[in-house]
Amino acid sequence: MSTLTALARAQAVVAGRAQPIATVRHLHVHDHPLVLIPLVMAGEANAPLAAMVGTDPARPRLLTVGQPRNRDERFAFAADLAATLVPYVDSFATDTEDVAVDRGRDVRRRYVDAPQIWVPNPAGVDFLRLFGRSTRFRKTDGDNPVPAAVPLLGRWLTFFANTAEMPGSALLVNAVQALGLHWVTGQSSAEDAQFGVQLAWIEAGAAAAREAENGPVAGPATDPDFDNRVLAPLIERSAPDLPRVLHDLLLPTWDRMWRTLALLRRLPVGERVRLRWDADRDAFTAFAQTLAEGGPPQPRRDGAVAAAARLQRLESAASRYAVQRAFDDPLVLAEYRLSGAAFAGTVTLANPDRVDDSGKRPVLRPRIMVHTGEPVRVEPGASLTSPARPSQKARVISINPAGDGVDVLLELSGGMGRRLVAEPGSVPAVGERLILTTLSEAYRPGGALPEPAETPWTHGGPPVPFADQPDPSDQPDQQEGDVVAAARGDLQEAGAEFVTGTGRVLP
Amino acid sequence: MESRLDQLRGSGRAKRHNARTIAALTGNPGCNRRAVLDAAGIDKQRLAEHIGFPGSFGQSRFALSRGNAFEAMLKADDCARLREVLGADAGLGYQDLASDTLTDRHEQTVKTLADAQSALIDHPLLTLDVAGQTVYLEPDLIAYAHHGRLQVVEIKSFAIVDGQADSAKVSAAAVQAAVYVLALRDLLQRLGQDPSTVSHEVVLVCPADFSFHPVAVVLDVRKQLSTLRRQLSRLASVTDLIDALPAGLSFDLALDPDELVTALAHIEARYAPECLSACELSVYCRNEALGGTAALGRPVREALGGISSVEEVLALAEGRREPAPEQAEAAAMLQAALRLRNEALASAFPAPSAPSVSEGPS
Repeated sequence: MSTLTALARAQAVVAGRAQPIATVRHLHVHDHPLVLIPLVMAGEANAPLAAMVGTDPARPRLLTVGQPRNRDERFAFAADLAATLVPYVDSFATDTEDVAVDRGRDVRRRYVDAPQIWVPNPAGVDFLRLFGRSTRFRKTDGDNPVPAAVPLLGRWLTFFANTAEMPGSALLVNAVQALGLHWVTGQSSAEDAQFGVQLAWIEAGAAAAREAENGPVAGPATDPDFDNRVLAPLIERSAPDLPRVLHDLLLPTWDRMWRTLALLRRLPVGERVRLRWDADRDAFTAFAQTLAEGGPPQPRRDGAVAAAARLQRLESAASRYAVQRAFDDPLVLAEYRLSGAAFAGTVTLANPDRVDDSGKRPVLRPRIMVHTGEPVRVEPGASLTSPARPSQKARVISINPAGDGVDVLLELSGGMGRRLVAEPGSVPAVGERLILTTLSEAYRPGGALPEPAETPWTHGGPPVPFADQPDPSDQPDQQEGDVVAAARGDLQEAGAEFVTGTGRVLP
Repeated sequence: MESRLDQLRGSGRAKRHNARTIAALTGNPGCNRRAVLDAAGIDKQRLAEHIGFPGSFGQSRFALSRGNAFEAMLKADDCARLREVLGADAGLGYQDLASDTLTDRHEQTVKTLADAQSALIDHPLLTLDVAGQTVYLEPDLIAYAHHGRLQVVEIKSFAIVDGQADSAKVSAAAVQAAVYVLALRDLLQRLGQDPSTVSHEVVLVCPADFSFHPVAVVLDVRKQLSTLRRQLSRLASVTDLIDALPAGLSFDLALDPDELVTALAHIEARYAPECLSACELSVYCRNEALGGTAALGRPVREALGGISSVEEVLALAEGRREPAPEQAEAAAMLQAALRLRNEALASAFPAPSAPSVSEGPS
């Protein structure tokens, strides 16, 4: 929590209203999103109870499971959900555009649009991930066959849940996080997790938020009291009015989802949001291709090389996302100014025609002097960027105290055209107000990883091909064997693995 | 002392501590209110309802019945599935102590543990010193004695899918198991035996993946144990707290809500947003803490320089108030933050229509 955001929370308490922490929208909001509100049965491992789903606010579609513990009904629900979700997703796999790659020497194709799914909260994303896990390995033949759409749904859900971990991705969005990116409320972030309450803080203020605390839940978990008083009797006698009750329960959240979308659409969109949506369309295109080529379902766990590559992608996406938001939004950039990673100042001297001819050939290296009263926590030699000219680098030559602040002498390179005379306007002029930061959008290449087939033995050796893997859903005892051994203390690693996991389990 | 506690509680029946309440208590050791109310065995849920701040602490019938079914399945046929998943011998003795009366049960537990023979001991009754009081613990657990060591086995009904489970549930289970390990070690120590016989590795038995098949995993609770020990040692002595209370103070649920609220004001609470999921009285305490930075969560409070009231934060940020010497640094930071925030907002939302976003939708 930065001081700037914390201060906004304090202001929200006093104002009794949520306060903005962004001046632009940092998220692509689709013109035709699919809204999905899942509901599960308490106590069960990911047993769906109902879902409200659709692309038209006026026509929500309700899917229910009469007996959530019944396996066949569960897969009928999956098939039902697939009947809405898969055609929606497929509707974007039509028109393509060419994208130049390898400096224009090649092109690749990309779908001109991609799907966008909205769920109320992070737990909704977790539900989809687990539901994807429980459906993608299902067989459509042999014992216990499931409808063909079920494993396909599982693979799509797994894809969406994986992209949701990617910072800045907008293929699967949860409303709580999307709102929290743009507003803070006058309560704790733990309380913000309640979608209805958070939205009430933004729309109507503190009093309405208190009221909303007792309103219907946004799922996927139900209220225990509702379970005991309403749901249990209905399920026990297989009551025909179960769908109506669930419809009434979910409808307020459905409306709130569309209000959230409308609220976000009213914010002006950040300049770099489009770049991230391009990356999302790339990811969608690649996965649709994998499916079309008959690739195997995603593994239960990534192999060593795939996991390392994924971690690398997540890390670079996270830093790119942070920089892009700061460059798009002065309010986000202000956080870096407060911490000294950025400062604002005024150009007091400029030598736009300075040429450095000490090297083999002369190069254009203008110098400017910037005066600032803000703290400057950079060293000479550091490379700075200004969000107004992201392709231009400013190297710090010297920092000297002057008046009530400091004078920073900078040498510029890049973003000024190809000639030895700078393009008009490409060098900041005297009197211009500039923000300079250590953040940079420059591409940073990741480390090289071996081919999966060459995974070293230290990392478990090459992964077993999918066809040779035992089907986890049919052989639950296989895993059991390992962990039993761990319980006896024969196999320390298995226990340790559980604890270290992929970061999801940790007491 | 006992009579004083009875007086505080009034006519209601005492609620006994369990691992969950101890975990919650040590989760917020600075909260005197919880310490006193728990020591007196006051039903905080009913108290909260009575004074008009009910929380939501029910348990779903579905969750309960699944938990019970899972446990019954493991314990059917003389614990056949449980033995299998633990890798325990079929010849191992199984004793369920649940049926005995309280004192019998504790004696029985002591006797059985003193033998320290290979056995599965269900529903033992343990004791633990909490804030200068000995509390009984009725753990829903099995102590598994084998190969000269004693292991805590906890049966939980949340699923472990591909070796991963809900982190909040796993950590709650780990803290509870740590309470039992601590209590078992205490007991052995009193019996003059080696407390380290009790393993710091506890066994969690859960359904695997989406099935009802059990899976056993080992959790190392050393970290939780040291946290618990530290927090228990920090708990102020309840006796001192109670001695400091005015004579005749009572939280009898037969009293008027107004009187109870007045009574509550005599014991200081330390509210944090985490209380909402751990304490039945939290909604009341939250209301009381309104306007304090602590109610916004620890990270917010720290980011605001530890200043306790929201009003004061804004007054310092706006320069309306002279900071105390120890606040000077925080005040400078807040002023810089407010200046930057206003500057960015002004550039994006030129006055006077400044943040139109905080108005409701049309």
